[in-house]
Amino acid sequence: MRTLALGASRIRYELRVYFRQGDSVFFTFLFPILMLSVFAVAFSTSPKLGAAPDGSGGITFAAFYLPGMVAAGMLLSGVQNLGVDIAGEKGDGTLKRLGGTPLPVFSYFMGKIGMVLVSSVLQVTLLLLVARFAFDVALPNEAGKWLTFAWVFLFGVITSCVLGIALSALPRTGKSATAVVIPIVLLLQFISGVYLNFAQLPGWLQNVASIFPLKWMAQGMRSVFLPASFESVEPGGAWNLGAVALVMGLWLVVGLILCKMTFRWIRKDT
Amino acid sequence: MTISTALVQVRELEKSYGGVNVVDGVSFDIHEGETFALLGPNGAGKSTTIEILEGYRDRSGGDVSVLGVDPHHGDLDWKAQLGIVLQSTGESGNVTVFEQLTHFANYYPNPRKVGDVMEAVGLTERAKTRIGKLSGGQRRRVDVALGIIGRPRLLFLDEPTTGFDPEARHQFWGLINQLKDEGTTILLTTHYLDEAATLADRAGVIMGGKLVDIGTVEEIGGTNARVPLVRWRESGVVKEVRTQEPAALAARLYAAAGREVDGLEITRPSLEDIYLQLVGSNATTQVEDA
Repeated sequence: MRTLALGASRIRYELRVYFRQGDSVFFTFLFPILMLSVFAVAFSTSPKLGAAPDGSGGITFAAFYLPGMVAAGMLLSGVQNLGVDIAGEKGDGTLKRLGGTPLPVFSYFMGKIGMVLVSSVLQVTLLLLVARFAFDVALPNEAGKWLTFAWVFLFGVITSCVLGIALSALPRTGKSATAVVIPIVLLLQFISGVYLNFAQLPGWLQNVASIFPLKWMAQGMRSVFLPASFESVEPGGAWNLGAVALVMGLWLVVGLILCKMTFRWIRKDT
Repeated sequence: MTISTALVQVRELEKSYGGVNVVDGVSFDIHEGETFALLGPNGAGKSTTIEILEGYRDRSGGDVSVLGVDPHHGDLDWKAQLGIVLQSTGESGNVTVFEQLTHFANYYPNPRKVGDVMEAVGLTERAKTRIGKLSGGQRRRVDVALGIIGRPRLLFLDEPTTGFDPEARHQFWGLINQLKDEGTTILLTTHYLDEAATLADRAGVIMGGKLVDIGTVEEIGGTNARVPLVRWRESGVVKEVRTQEPAALAARLYAAAGREVDGLEITRPSLEDIYLQLVGSNATTQVEDA
């Protein structure tokens, strides 16, 4: 009970700190919205994608990129944000101080994950509003699609958070955290169908990307936001939501085990 | 069986890194309500010792008990009775003093009032200032405030007044005396010997990982180290004599000179003088040993 109450108090504290940091708000919170805007504007005069031979139907580039940007936001909020944030707190003595108080480790993580959940819900809401009203992207109107959206989103964000916490053990210092974390998330975004059309990547690269969770988050989000006609270009010709859940679940378990093994309030002396 | 009131018991404590003992057979007790100062040069093993007691580091040998618990197995209830002011600070300054203290007060079962703590460390006027905007000395006071917010039974202060101006240091001493009056047991490390002399009931001097002296502040260095020193000038040459009867010597000098003695001084060695002598002589011994 005390652990949960302290966790809730940590969520409020973390959110306050997060939104007062100008730079991280810009780079992780607004990043997917900025990227969607760039793609939408850059390709605004291009022909529609997936149009019938007679030119009817099809979707704009903004609509095409939306699921990838939603997935990128999930990954960045969890992996990049927490990976860099916690490595920094390890480096600047914040964790050492917390480790000397009766704060349970669980409450600390609850604060971090809660902060990411709240900020990523705000982020995706803003992203969808911008897509709908600035770039005229049609959003799904079936309850079933939104249900899929909800579980893929929550499952994906929580998996990303756990992986971010695990990744924070890797940088040797707080200062090297961005140098370690950014290349990983950037590479994943390029091979997982966020910036590049996944269907056009070579088969072997698709297979490599399929090991990692981002590809599956993006695929899950494509099933929500793209028309049914796009399903046939997916690997295997199907959205395959079962595999989306399975791979994210596996990574969640791997992440939790890594967290349990690696997380310490301070670097253990040798 | 004797009933011990020692809140902290350290016996033959050892800590080695790569085969080198940085703490080497240190033993001491701290009793309930006592303020104990651990003194020594940089790298002597003070912070390593204190961090083992706080539960941050594992020991290589010996026995340690803090509030009746081995710090290696200290749980959250144990931590709730400790206040820890670490040597180094530096963390996200995006919350205000009031927000930070209110948040940390949540962690403890019976915290002090945030307003009282801010008053005690002299930060009431900065309550709504973000910690990142405070000066170094003010930030250090936030550290001290966070250390005492949980109403600790045992307070660790690792060089608490580094970066304080003299006025802030005197205010801080007042705060510590107040905590002592309330019965808080304190383990202090400091580079300021006047601070140790003012605050501590007992002190230990640690050098090269070994405890070279321990006792009340009046006992440190032994009685010989405390023999008053009479210094004066005779025909332009400075003379010094250590004596237990400094006034008698001064009277003889006055009688012999038939007038005021040039540059006459009578001093009782301060803790600082004694400490420097102790550290100096041990350093020499160590060189001779090598």
